[in-house]
Amino acid sequence: MSAPPRVRPAARLRRVVANVLFAVGLPALVLLAWEVLAKAPEDAVGVEKFYPGPFTVGAAFVDNWTGRAFAEDVLPSVYRLAIGIAASIVIGIAVGTVIGLARWLRESTEPVLEFFRAVPPPALIPIVMLLLGINDEMKIAVIVSGAVWPILLNTIEGVRGTDAVMTETADAFRITWWQRLWFLVLPAASPRIMTGVRQGLSVALILMVISEMFASSSGLGYRIVYFQRNYLIAESWSGIVLLGLMGVMLAVLFGFVERRVLRWYHGMREVERG
Amino acid sequence: MTSPSDPRWRSLRKVVLGIAGLLAFLVVWQLVPTLGLVDREYLPYVTDVGARLAREVVDLAFWRRLGLTLQAWAIGLAFASAAAVVLGTAIGLVPFLRRATHTTVEFLRPIPSVAIVPVAVIIQGINIEAALIIIVYASFWQMFVQVLYGVADIDVVARDTARGFGLTRWERLAMVVFPTALPYIMTGLRLAASVALILAITAEMVIGNTGLGTLIMQSRSTPGDAAGLYAFVVVAGALGVIINLVFRFIERRALHWHQSVRGEEVL
Repeated sequence: MSAPPRVRPAARLRRVVANVLFAVGLPALVLLAWEVLAKAPEDAVGVEKFYPGPFTVGAAFVDNWTGRAFAEDVLPSVYRLAIGIAASIVIGIAVGTVIGLARWLRESTEPVLEFFRAVPPPALIPIVMLLLGINDEMKIAVIVSGAVWPILLNTIEGVRGTDAVMTETADAFRITWWQRLWFLVLPAASPRIMTGVRQGLSVALILMVISEMFASSSGLGYRIVYFQRNYLIAESWSGIVLLGLMGVMLAVLFGFVERRVLRWYHGMREVERG
Repeated sequence: MTSPSDPRWRSLRKVVLGIAGLLAFLVVWQLVPTLGLVDREYLPYVTDVGARLAREVVDLAFWRRLGLTLQAWAIGLAFASAAAVVLGTAIGLVPFLRRATHTTVEFLRPIPSVAIVPVAVIIQGINIEAALIIIVYASFWQMFVQVLYGVADIDVVARDTARGFGLTRWERLAMVVFPTALPYIMTGLRLAASVALILAITAEMVIGNTGLGTLIMQSRSTPGDAAGLYAFVVVAGALGVIINLVFRFIERRALHWHQSVRGEEVL
């Protein structure tokens, strides 16, 4: 390991400033243009009404999503989302490992699983509602019914792709089944599993919103539909901001977990690339 | 002679096992309501769903709705991929633009497309335009990100060689950038195609523009029409499978010269 080249303080400062400018420059420009082009709600006529400025949307955001609404509508949704994601990951990895380890099981389940993955997840919502009724469990089941497939199928692929030499080495050393699973199969499959989890996360977020749009009297999705039906324009825009923030936070959280889980893998890739 | 390691024997085994698994799934589905584990009203017999499907496929109204769904899908996908290829190439080739747009892209991309539904409906009303907004939004990002990766993947030696031989900007774009980015573009197109279908059906369910999604919602609100609901969801799944297969096929044909496809053939 060679020490990083020494940089003069002035040059380093200039680089930091450039990075910050690159990061906030365009968003600031977009917001500025938006504010300049948008009319205040009281002056807006016709189509202009549909595009309130960032300050109006920001005020609507504070009014509708902070304080009590946050505790009553946002938190329960986030709670269901978290449970749904956790259940999808556990079921997806457990079932995927079992299927991935047995070739006959893998080959006989493949068409059925591919079909389930191809069903547009929201289409499953009416079926889950029919089977479970309208309640909290149903909304969690909806999230699982969509988010589990990418995790499951990627786990199968990952487990299948375990390096043959390593499997034979493990056999030769008479490693127990559990040790083999824990120290060989799951780590080897983890890059694929993480890919599946990332796909599952975005599906889960979408399903959380839609399940509440269809069947709910509270929650994020319900509020958003309520704004739409009552023609509350700035409030509808604030819903986009909220879900965008949630999407970004999920992505950041996932990036953090992925870096920890796959540290060995990224390190290996770097060495291979030289 | 056939031995277990013969590739033909292996693929035959795969097909047989696959069909057996499918049949087993259908038998279990039939048994669950027969044995009374779940009431027929909630989980109808496979045979009922099959009969319902058979009745729908000879009904012109069904095909018309399916056509509307595919129409929205095709228009949305075409718009999204054209925009993604143009913008992705322009931004991907200019380091300044790539750096400047990074944070904006990272914020816009994770916005779930359903979040846009209320604004789309308020602006466009309940029609295909509102649906197209969310279809294009969702499938655009799938494609855009792939194009960015693809354009960034250019071999430095190939690029410098092209420059050294004095190729014009357009020639370089056609002969160096495009072939490099093509595998990524095809992957993006396949992903965008399935996302566009998901959003086309979701839009019909949430917004209410006519199509397969509205058929699902109608069966849901008709008491005792569980067979219809299951039948239409099966159609949606079949559509997903077909689109996936078609785009996989296109991907292989378009990349027949590429290592990733040629490598598989040798094995």
